[in-house]
Amino acid sequence: MRESTPFKAVVSLIILVVLLALWQWAIRANNVPNYLLPAPSDIYAAFVRGFQTGIYTKHLITTLTEVFLGFGIGLVLALILGLMIALNRTVETYVYPYIIMFQSMPKVALAPVLVIWFGLGITSKIVTVALISFFPILINTIVGLRSADLDRINLMLSLGATRFQVFRMLRLQSALPFIVAGVEVGIIMALLGAIVAEFVGAESGLGMLLQSMNTTLDVAGQFTILFILSAIGLVMSRLVGFVGDRLLFWDSSRKSRVTAKGG
Amino acid sequence: MTVQALRAVDAGRVEDAAAEAIGIRNLSRRFGAGRSPIVALDNISLSIGEGEFVSIVGPSGCGKTTLLKILAGLDRPSEGQATLRGTPIAGPRKDIGIVFQSPVLFPWRTVLDNVLLPVDVQRLGRSACMARAHALIDMVGLNGFADRYPSELSGGMQQRVGLARALVHEPAMLLMDEPFGALDALTRENMNLELQRIWMETRRTVVFITHSISEAIFLGDRVLVMTPRPGRVQIELKIDLPRPRDLSVISSPEFGAYANQIRSILNAKGAVD
Ligand SMILES: Nc1ncnc2c1ncn2[C@@H]1O[C@H](COP(=O)(O)OP(=O)(O)OP(=O)(O)O)[C@@H](O)[C@H]1O
Ligand SMILES: [Mg+2]
Repeated sequence: MRESTPFKAVVSLIILVVLLALWQWAIRANNVPNYLLPAPSDIYAAFVRGFQTGIYTKHLITTLTEVFLGFGIGLVLALILGLMIALNRTVETYVYPYIIMFQSMPKVALAPVLVIWFGLGITSKIVTVALISFFPILINTIVGLRSADLDRINLMLSLGATRFQVFRMLRLQSALPFIVAGVEVGIIMALLGAIVAEFVGAESGLGMLLQSMNTTLDVAGQFTILFILSAIGLVMSRLVGFVGDRLLFWDSSRKSRVTAKGG
Repeated sequence: MTVQALRAVDAGRVEDAAAEAIGIRNLSRRFGAGRSPIVALDNISLSIGEGEFVSIVGPSGCGKTTLLKILAGLDRPSEGQATLRGTPIAGPRKDIGIVFQSPVLFPWRTVLDNVLLPVDVQRLGRSACMARAHALIDMVGLNGFADRYPSELSGGMQQRVGLARALVHEPAMLLMDEPFGALDALTRENMNLELQRIWMETRRTVVFITHSISEAIFLGDRVLVMTPRPGRVQIELKIDLPRPRDLSVISSPEFGAYANQIRSILNAKGAVD
């Protein structure tokens, strides 16, 4: 017999509650100190306290600003440069080798230098985020714009299509699945970039808060930040996935992939 | 029929230039330079009449697609030339409809929008062509599917969309490269009947490439048999079977005689699939 969806949800919930209860009991029964592993009730308390005092909201806004501004800049630049490289042989010849070179470098490693250059404020974070989300989108845009099926190109040419028509009616659409995939990677990288850059040195932000909690051994607080970060990541990737599904309604390979991911 | 006899037939046709849709004179196409280029087409000459249905049959690699691409203006001959209604084919032309082996649809376009692709590319005006597009969709048996996307259609249905698309801009001729090769036998027979009906309605010049001997005979006014390495037209057969032909013709003795003749040529060249 196959279980219905509500039934599965109830079972999942029960399992979660049991796990949390076990966790709570194990901590209390063994007198584990808070700074090693906090009990769920401690984490919950830290969560409520953080939002009630307004501290979390303030840092959350900083980090979200960095992520969205940085990602937006990275996205726009990647699309523009991707178009230029895919469309213009000269640009490709002289620019592409550098991109390949840069791509293999872990971009977060640049964060310390960027903090020196752009200071402790959000500018250095925005630059880090833009840089880190730029590459996956750029590479996918280039590959995507080149991915148009040869038979489709030939078909259009045989009808007398101009280069620009082939681009507008075929290459752009063919690139879309690649670009969306690049954005899906880029948005997650963007969050990573913001946090790492804040670790290096910042005046506010969830990453900076996470690190300052380390010095006070506020592990419960850190758990709440981790939880908030996962929630942000989840919401962002769902959002991108949602937009991607709308844009790529025609891409049957995408549907199967998304189901596999969600199942 | 000998090759000499063939050439004589060709010469006769050339004189009747008014009725010639496609002319091919001493055409060769080689790939790769240097000492051992691949000779895809070797000194081919033939003539296809206005409104004629010509089938080209031959094994894999004998240059069928290469010939079709040259006719479509997508490839250039190494030597010789091809003409369309008397003018040399120098590049893609707008008055050609092509159907490939695979449907080559645009998955983000509906059936109707796919059929209208040539209209969009050639800026013929959607409103002016809408009625014809719908009529073609009906003609290929897809009424009710105009607003569906290709992923919602079966392979045979997709291929029929490709056929409707190839006709929407009223091309002077239709080039078909193994259009039904990927279909099951039953669908294929139906598509053959449908294509014959469409051709009899519209009377366009058709160049129809296939691997299947019986498909070639069933559809063609003439069958050209090609053999590979180097790609040559070995023989052409005029098919004298009354139209419209139905599937029972396939079991007739005349049909069998044609098929045997073609098969023996291909066998003699060691070129049967
Ligand atoms: N772009 C190309 N570059 C090099 N060789 C090519 C190219 N296109 C075709 N050829 C060669 O030309 C020959 C004829 O190819 P073609 O595609 O015309 O064959 P075909 O008769 O259509 O075969 P099939 O029935 O398998 O489709 C083959 O030997 C092939 O290797
Ligand atoms: Mg071929």
